Amino acid sequence: MITSNITGNRIKEYLKLGKRFDGRNLDDFREISIEKGISKNAEGSARVKIGETDVIVGVKMDVSEPYPDSLDKGNLMVTSELLPLSSDRFEAGPPKIESIELARVIDRCIRESKFIELEKLCIEKGEKVWTVFIDIYSINADGNLLDAAGIGALVALKDAKIPKYDKKEGKVLYGEHSNERIPLKKENPLTITIHKIGESLIVDPTREEEDVSETRITIGSHKGVISSMQKGNSKEISEEDMHRVLEMMEDVWKKLFLKIEKFL
Amino acid sequence: MTKEKDTGFKRTDGRKFNQIREMKAKVGVVPNADGSALFSFGDTVAIAAVYGPKKMHPQHMQNPEKGTLRYTYNMLSFSVTERIKPGPSRRSQEISKISEWAIEPVLMIDNFPNAVIDVHVNILQANASTRCAGINAAALALAHAGIPMKNIVSSVSIGKLDKQLVVDVSKHEEDWEEGEGATDIPITFTPNGDITHIQLDGKIETKQLKEAIKLAREACKEIYELQKKTLKESIKINEKK
Repeated sequence: MITSNITGNRIKEYLKLGKRFDGRNLDDFREISIEKGISKNAEGSARVKIGETDVIVGVKMDVSEPYPDSLDKGNLMVTSELLPLSSDRFEAGPPKIESIELARVIDRCIRESKFIELEKLCIEKGEKVWTVFIDIYSINADGNLLDAAGIGALVALKDAKIPKYDKKEGKVLYGEHSNERIPLKKENPLTITIHKIGESLIVDPTREEEDVSETRITIGSHKGVISSMQKGNSKEISEEDMHRVLEMMEDVWKKLFLKIEKFL
Repeated sequence: MTKEKDTGFKRTDGRKFNQIREMKAKVGVVPNADGSALFSFGDTVAIAAVYGPKKMHPQHMQNPEKGTLRYTYNMLSFSVTERIKPGPSRRSQEISKISEWAIEPVLMIDNFPNAVIDVHVNILQANASTRCAGINAAALALAHAGIPMKNIVSSVSIGKLDKQLVVDVSKHEEDWEEGEGATDIPITFTPNGDITHIQLDGKIETKQLKEAIKLAREACKEIYELQKKTLKESIKINEKK
């Protein structure tokens, strides 16, 4: 269902007064619940619920050839499926741009922050390296899938155990996990998406709020260092507003991290 | 229970030959959907969501005589030990179709000309019998969505390990190699005892197949009771609100 104009206008009127339908402040997230290790067959997994938004992220690993430009580094691959199960807006079939963008934004957040120490995932230079797959699935889409997926990817990576590998045979022993974790840096990258509606900046929009969002900025950062960013939607944003976005992001990052820290 | 005696056959997970793994059922797991449900056999977990009845697009696929049931079965890439490529495969498309056939007989689809009812089934975690868990979840989700149905359906897989019949096959059993190996027979029943779906992989004689069907019927009764209970309880919860 598409958000009606009447609801959209009401959202904007409320925001002018600094209010939201569900009583949140503009920089508040909805309630977050996180479960990890939800899939026994995945190397690592997490389910993240933000309000009614529900996302499952799984990490799988495989041994394959390295890319020609990084012969001594592991590979990272992020895919996402916006399941038709999760919303009447999503259809089956090849991934649409929304899903592609989601996966690529999360990919860059993790890759550019150098969170995974890919150089430690090399088994034999130029021959065999680990590939880390991060697969994101939406279970219920009610806005802000991006940030939910970002948290899910982070928690699932932290949860993951590398599968056993038979060096002689060159085979991964699926279903058997070593106690070894994926080598990760200490600083945790998180994506925060800030939306601009009218003159207001908000975080964690519901689906209705997302529908009236005029522009959005997704920022991937760790410990105050920004390593990835993407502006979405067609409306422009002024330099001043961009400054406001960055300031807001820093505050929200700290608040959000406090909520998810215990799951890492 | 069936007359077949317990032969003392040891299953790898210690179950009796006619024992189903621990089942879980829950409705309302996807708030966006018109109806939804989770169903699990042990480590096999399926969730189903129903959207519709809604107008069928594209228009040329509309059927003016009756509605269309469209079932999509999908496994999450990390639901199995060796990652599967996301998206539809030949296997998943076939399972979608047979599941559609398994459910259609009880669905009063004639009431919805030109419309489509979408059932999306996703396997979150797989340990064999995924299509059966999927069908059980889908039946629950359709009922939860309030779609008129003559009845519900219940599905279970019967295995033949060497010469022994077992109920609700696990992955470990599916890969049975000793003796005559493993035969996998997923079956779907209505509570009246009509079969709406049956498949078979392996080898079995007619006499034993008849026994297998009988075993499935008994197991499906148990599953049916759980489905019924789950639906009744979901209504109670709503009343409290």
